[in-house]
Amino acid sequence: MSNLEATLRAVRDRGAKSFVPYVTGGYPGVDGGLLRMLAAAGADAIEVGIPHSDPIMDGGVIQEASRVALQRGTRIGDVLASIVDAAIEIPVAVMTYANIVHHRGYEAFCDDLARSGVDGVIVPDLPVDEVERFAALGAARGIDVVLLAAPGTTAERYRAIAAASHGFVYCVATYGVTGVRDQLSVTARDVVTAVRPYTDLPLLVGVGIATPEQAGEASAFADGVIVGSALMAPLVAGDPKAAVELSGAFRSQIV
Amino acid sequence: MSVATRPDEQGRFGAYGGRYAPEVLIPALDELAAAWLELRNDPGFRGELGDLLRDFVGRPTPITHATRLSAELGYDLWLKREDLAHTGAHKINNALGQVLLAKGLGKQRIIAETGAGQHGVATATACALLGLPCVVYMGEEDTHRQAPNVARMELLGAEVVPVTAGMKTLKEAVNEALRDWAASVGSTHYVIGSVVGPHPFPMLVRDLQRVIGDEARTQYRDRVGTDPEYVVACVGGGSNAIGMFTAFVGAPEVRLFGVEAGGVGSELGRHCSSLTLGQPGILHGALSYLLQDADGQVVETHSISAGLDYPGVGPEHAYLKDEGLATYVSATDGDALDGFQLLARTEGIIPALEPAHVIGWLQHRPLPDGARVLVNLSGRGDKDLDTVRAALAGERP
Ligand SMILES: Cc1ncc(COP(=O)(O)O)c(C=O)c1O
Repeated sequence: MSNLEATLRAVRDRGAKSFVPYVTGGYPGVDGGLLRMLAAAGADAIEVGIPHSDPIMDGGVIQEASRVALQRGTRIGDVLASIVDAAIEIPVAVMTYANIVHHRGYEAFCDDLARSGVDGVIVPDLPVDEVERFAALGAARGIDVVLLAAPGTTAERYRAIAAASHGFVYCVATYGVTGVRDQLSVTARDVVTAVRPYTDLPLLVGVGIATPEQAGEASAFADGVIVGSALMAPLVAGDPKAAVELSGAFRSQIV
Repeated sequence: MSVATRPDEQGRFGAYGGRYAPEVLIPALDELAAAWLELRNDPGFRGELGDLLRDFVGRPTPITHATRLSAELGYDLWLKREDLAHTGAHKINNALGQVLLAKGLGKQRIIAETGAGQHGVATATACALLGLPCVVYMGEEDTHRQAPNVARMELLGAEVVPVTAGMKTLKEAVNEALRDWAASVGSTHYVIGSVVGPHPFPMLVRDLQRVIGDEARTQYRDRVGTDPEYVVACVGGGSNAIGMFTAFVGAPEVRLFGVEAGGVGSELGRHCSSLTLGQPGILHGALSYLLQDADGQVVETHSISAGLDYPGVGPEHAYLKDEGLATYVSATDGDALDGFQLLARTEGIIPALEPAHVIGWLQHRPLPDGARVLVNLSGRGDKDLDTVRAALAGERP
């Protein structure tokens, strides 16, 4: 079993919930030091975005972070280097878009991740129908290719996603793209409930989680919570310290 | 792989196409694919669409012998007059078909992206005709370049949303439409404007645009008594070209040419020649040729024509290129400006800057003397007068 899956299972086995912060790699202030601080603030795993020119699953905050990261010349290798530099114990998954992987080559990309000590990869525009070869290449190198399950899908499809995902299943909380919402969407629970019968993998909820309270609500029915835009907002506002403090607040509510 | 069996069930044209889309959109794409496979040969739907194309759009559009231009270039040249379709371009064929389909699916809202504004105008028109609310995403840069079309869309009752990300052109408008759709997919249909996007869009838009070539092949045979030797169309996303090519693909005596925008140079960032200068890559849900950097980031593009200013291209063109079934070339901004003026002076037709690239390419006499050529004149040029005037006065477009 991979490091990512083992870690998230261990959290669940001790009756706790996982907290997984997301940060956009290459954004000013997002470096090995920040990843260490997020780990110290109680993250169980960290998701690091490799910025892409066309982040179609991302709302305003992460779009802006991606734009700035690319404008200052961030390369894929820079993001991976920051993960190596962090030298943290907890698992790291990268999040990026299909063309980044395709252009490098699925196998070479998996090799790059393995060399950088990355444990998982999330590619929101590689749905289950397109992912088979990539998932196999990842699995052969101990890298979990994590699939997303979204609201409004058929039971067959939830079953297929659950069967093909590795590490955990990323349960998309709401219709739409990343970015904070006023409330936790009712669809978050629907997705977790729909996927649960088909897999024993941990089920993490992400997309749209705005506040520690919403994260607390989600942890009542999910095995963990992913928080992205809410943490990137203070970083984009130039206040990494506030992002780390906010992580602590999320951590304390995700129980 | 014949046209009838292209794409396969996964939406593949050979290696290209597919469905690289966020999971949240997959149920709607499945629903759309199933509905289209059923309706595309349904006599009721075909009848309703056919009536609208005849009575509202003015189809069939004629073919016109370009007598004076033929004499000037040494070819025998015919033009398929999509500029005479209602709203002034081929885009209406697709927009009307998709809005009718969306209505049949019970969707209550339509969104679209637009570059030149022609697809936005066409979609706003179809929505006005069929009574659905319409939101059009348009790059802010394009709202300036094609201001008359913004006014048209608003008159037609559409809401135009300027998109300020990135280069503020067509690519960003598609991104924003996809994000809207991810949030609204239950109630909303996304009328994509070209043969791009995740399956089934490249198939759906091709099927709705193939009326161009189906009409033109019959018309040409009626008038000339045989097939043309060369069929030429401009390629942005590729819908007018696929619409024209589909009737001819595989015809042994007919050679197909797609003309891409060569912009102001062959360095990355100065053109939008995805097929001639790009490499395979994934953008907006499909694998096709793409203009990208060493990391797979999609690069900025340039064309004098907003409708061609796009770093990707429809996946069926990638397939046609690799199979040698069509040839792709490029024409520069300057060629397009020359072609624009040449067609106006010799034929009394002011073309859109997009198909002006075809005339600009022909002006270099790339084909044998006396060749029988059929050109898809995809749209008219009213929208481009300001751009052309500024360019001819020496200002940067
Ligand atoms: C007149 C005209 N021709 C061509 C195009 C390019 O699109 P496509 O390649 O899909 O035909 C446009 C796009 O706006 C257009 O307005």
